Amino acid sequence: MYDLKTQLIEQLNLQDKKPEDIGDDEALFKEGLGLDSIDALELIVLLQQNYKIKLANAEDGPKVFRSVRTMAEYITEHQGKTV
Amino acid sequence: MNKSQHIITASCVIGNDKVYKNGELLFEGNSANVSDLLPGLYDFLAPDYPKFYKMDNVSKLGWLATEILLKGSFEKTAYALEDVGVVFSNSNSSLDTDLRYFQTVSGYPSPSLFVYTLPNIVIGEVCIRHKFQGENAFFIFEKFQADFIRQYTGGLLDTGVVKACICGWVEILANEYKAAVFLVEQKNTGLEFTAANMYRLFNL
Repeated sequence: MYDLKTQLIEQLNLQDKKPEDIGDDEALFKEGLGLDSIDALELIVLLQQNYKIKLANAEDGPKVFRSVRTMAEYITEHQGKTV
Repeated sequence: MNKSQHIITASCVIGNDKVYKNGELLFEGNSANVSDLLPGLYDFLAPDYPKFYKMDNVSKLGWLATEILLKGSFEKTAYALEDVGVVFSNSNSSLDTDLRYFQTVSGYPSPSLFVYTLPNIVIGEVCIRHKFQGENAFFIFEKFQADFIRQYTGGLLDTGVVKACICGWVEILANEYKAAVFLVEQKNTGLEFTAANMYRLFNL
């Protein structure tokens, strides 16, 4: 999950953060990291670019992008498959 | 009693790795490129505004220039938020970011770059920071047109559309950059809001 946090920091330009600042279960949006709707699109790009995973169902977004852990679980489950 | 005039109550000029506030040297960098200068200046000011890192370079430059312009020089509570306007100009619009975005199109187009492919987004970033809601406009000229800025901003002030206005030039393309922004208010005395005074500060 450390690598995924590093990728998040780079993709979302969170230069004021270090991987260890982001909790595994910390909310990515709202009261947690405070990401916004443009960041959500960047997360979709990150999945496609780094893991070749296409998030086909937009309704899955809130569940998949709840935290670093939920993202990591989704990547592990879907890597190499077209979702 | 003196008649109220349009007065430049503050200025900030950024160019050639130097930053001037009201004509005085405030900061001097030793950056090889503008992408190093801008975060260096951010660290110098330490405004604790993480969204800065998400901005494109035009917005970073205009945002920093405005931050320096207003700090210690602007009595925000003297104005309603809808009475403060922003009028900027430059010569290359958002081309610096347009080119970066274009480079991503062949692979995965970047949403966060796309949202900055308009020049007036820098005005939005300034207004979000300070909650200004007044009139705003962004003009494209080949070079800085102080006469136009004086006339347009003066018109906004004369007609009561705004009571204070941040105006000037915010230009960046690759490593070529220049910002010269002015705070104009209606006061009895001070540095008159003329094209000559803007050019003099612009050319520091």
